[in-house]
Amino acid sequence: MLTEDQTLIRDMARAFSNDVLAPGAAARETAREIEAPVRAQLAELGFLGMTIDPDWDGAGADYVSYAVALEELARGDGAVSTMVSVHNAPFLAILDRFASDAQKEAWLKPAARGEFIGCFALTEAHAGSDASALRTRAEKRNDRYIVNGSKQFISSARIGGATIVFAVTDPAAGKKGLSAFYVENDRAGFHVAKVEDKLGQKASDTCALSFDDLEVPIENRIGEEGQGYAIALSSLETGRIGIAAQSVGMAQAAFDAALAYARDRDSFGKPIFEHQAVQFRLADMETEVEAARQMVLNAARMKDAGVPCLREAAMAKLFASEMAERVCSAAIQTLGGYGYLSDYPVERIYRDVRVCQIYEGTSDIQKIIIARQMA
Amino acid sequence: MDFALSDEQEAIRDMAADFGRDRLAPMADGMEETGIPRDLLSEVGALGMGAIYAGEEYGTGLGRLDAALIFEGLSLGDPSVAAFISIHNMCVWMIDRWGSDDLKAEVLPGLASFDTIASYCLTEPGSGSDAAALKTRAVRDGDEYVLDGTKAFISGGDYSDWYVVMCRTGGEGPKGISTILVPKDAPGLSFGGQERKMGWKAQPTAQVQFDGCRVPARYLIGTEGDGFKYAMAGLDGGRLNIAACSLGGAQGALTRTLTYMGERKAFGTAIDQFQALQFRLADMETDMQSARIFLHQAAWKLDQKSLDATQFCAMAKRLVTDRAFDVANGCLQLHGGYGYLADYGIEKVVRDLRVHQILEGTNEIMRVIIARKLLSDRGNG
Repeated sequence: MLTEDQTLIRDMARAFSNDVLAPGAAARETAREIEAPVRAQLAELGFLGMTIDPDWDGAGADYVSYAVALEELARGDGAVSTMVSVHNAPFLAILDRFASDAQKEAWLKPAARGEFIGCFALTEAHAGSDASALRTRAEKRNDRYIVNGSKQFISSARIGGATIVFAVTDPAAGKKGLSAFYVENDRAGFHVAKVEDKLGQKASDTCALSFDDLEVPIENRIGEEGQGYAIALSSLETGRIGIAAQSVGMAQAAFDAALAYARDRDSFGKPIFEHQAVQFRLADMETEVEAARQMVLNAARMKDAGVPCLREAAMAKLFASEMAERVCSAAIQTLGGYGYLSDYPVERIYRDVRVCQIYEGTSDIQKIIIARQMA
Repeated sequence: MDFALSDEQEAIRDMAADFGRDRLAPMADGMEETGIPRDLLSEVGALGMGAIYAGEEYGTGLGRLDAALIFEGLSLGDPSVAAFISIHNMCVWMIDRWGSDDLKAEVLPGLASFDTIASYCLTEPGSGSDAAALKTRAVRDGDEYVLDGTKAFISGGDYSDWYVVMCRTGGEGPKGISTILVPKDAPGLSFGGQERKMGWKAQPTAQVQFDGCRVPARYLIGTEGDGFKYAMAGLDGGRLNIAACSLGGAQGALTRTLTYMGERKAFGTAIDQFQALQFRLADMETDMQSARIFLHQAAWKLDQKSLDATQFCAMAKRLVTDRAFDVANGCLQLHGGYGYLADYGIEKVVRDLRVHQILEGTNEIMRVIIARKLLSDRGNG
């Protein structure tokens, strides 16, 4: 059961999703952009600083509220939910936990007010699942670092205002040689090398970045030198709860569309909902969505209680993302030929949700994490 | 029992696979934007793939197993283009099998060389799986038929030169249906806008609309009232072809994934050295090989005119399109984030193969066919 506050937040997200996100999702995909007015409305409603304390201009919500809000936003537009998810965690979560008060004043506050969108640049072309193999180099020179290298699969980098960039400050130290930097996206030497064309989530830009003698002042380092790896891993619980919640939301949207169609469409003289095989498929779909939702809420409640939930977050992400593909594919099948057409939302939702098994740690990585917890 | 391909079949397979890899694959990405160039289809026709299993008078005179080898080979390069070629072949075979001598002489030479293209028109906006409920009507008026109605999801709509149209000339149900060939320039024929869809983007898909559309009566294929039978017979082969297209698409993805896994490193080693991923590869290969054998058996049964051929075509279509989709999707996952990017071409195969579980009879309809046959064969004994 949700508390009164959690219910209010969910309903607010649901209304925004129904009124604004869902009706514009197809156009947003065609335009390949989340339009500025939508970003402004998300900020206005507090979704761009959800779990940040009001002292730092956030909404001060708990993680359960965060999860149900993300689910509702994803139900309207998966691409928007990705932008919101990355902005809240890892971006804001890292600033909240590791930035100094002066840094928070300068960066966290405007970001939590939603004045710009934040990005997280860890992955490189040769290091996706394996974050310890990073090559981007930051060399200290007097009062600044000179950063050179490239990053891959960086969400929102084209529209974003700032990025947390991870770079090697001590090549001899392995994982302990990594540091985190706050980099404004308009800083000289910060280049969006490419905006990727991809299967889905086309409204959310995914970019390849290159850093060409990018100068970063020393005061833009987040935490200590060598703390980067710990910082990168710190917000993975929240990030995975977020992806799992997004998966549930997109699956719910596909299920809703399939159910509506099954009631409306006739074949062999009756609504296809009356065909038992169709009914049973819908029953399986709804059961799976609900199971995943409970896993998400369980992990979020643990997070709220301050209990470690790496295992539960990984399980929720693994199950919810794979569930969501099955449910979205079943929704396409329920709509038959119409399910394959862009006039109906399910093929887009299928394409959008497919990446949930890949980003923030692939399903295989979640299995590694879960297995490690058994040891 | 001999599972080996003949020398001729191996040559056919290699010819198609070479064409798929050398001609189609390099164009596959671009054709998603531009559509299929007509002169590419002329090349296909020149190789005898415009009338693969039509008789030797007009066609290439090959069998269904040969066709399965061809469509798998073409699909290594581009499953959506291969599937388009398949639909044309299904139409050509129906004309060759049941058309009058005059009709065959008029249209088959152009179709066989792929100078002209044929589309198959069964589905309507309100009747997909329930095809025998179709409403498009044709009324005889002197030496013409007058057609009224709408066909939906027509591959080649507004692109093809000929439309093989299943329409109602008699009463309700399957026995009131006839098959009429409609030329693109027939008065009263028009097309809806091009559909935007998940995959198969190289292929034009549009509604085909008949509004008092007049067609010479000689364009009736076979006899009035037998059209549904022709349509279903065409689909037996069409289903094999579509399954073969799925197989080729998945095989292309799997081959590229094997290469990728040898090159990609994580945690200090090539990812093909991780046991969990090796096991996934092993399952995919096993699924592919078993699907291929089952498909070839179904094709052989259709060549033999075996009594259970329709059931086997349905089973093969269901099994192969499901397995192949899962393999392609597994390949996407093994590519990690790169699998999600258009640059690697894997996501395109996934998008293309998804519709094979839906069209030429959804896989649910395949189950209806299979279950019905099982129950009827059981008898009361």
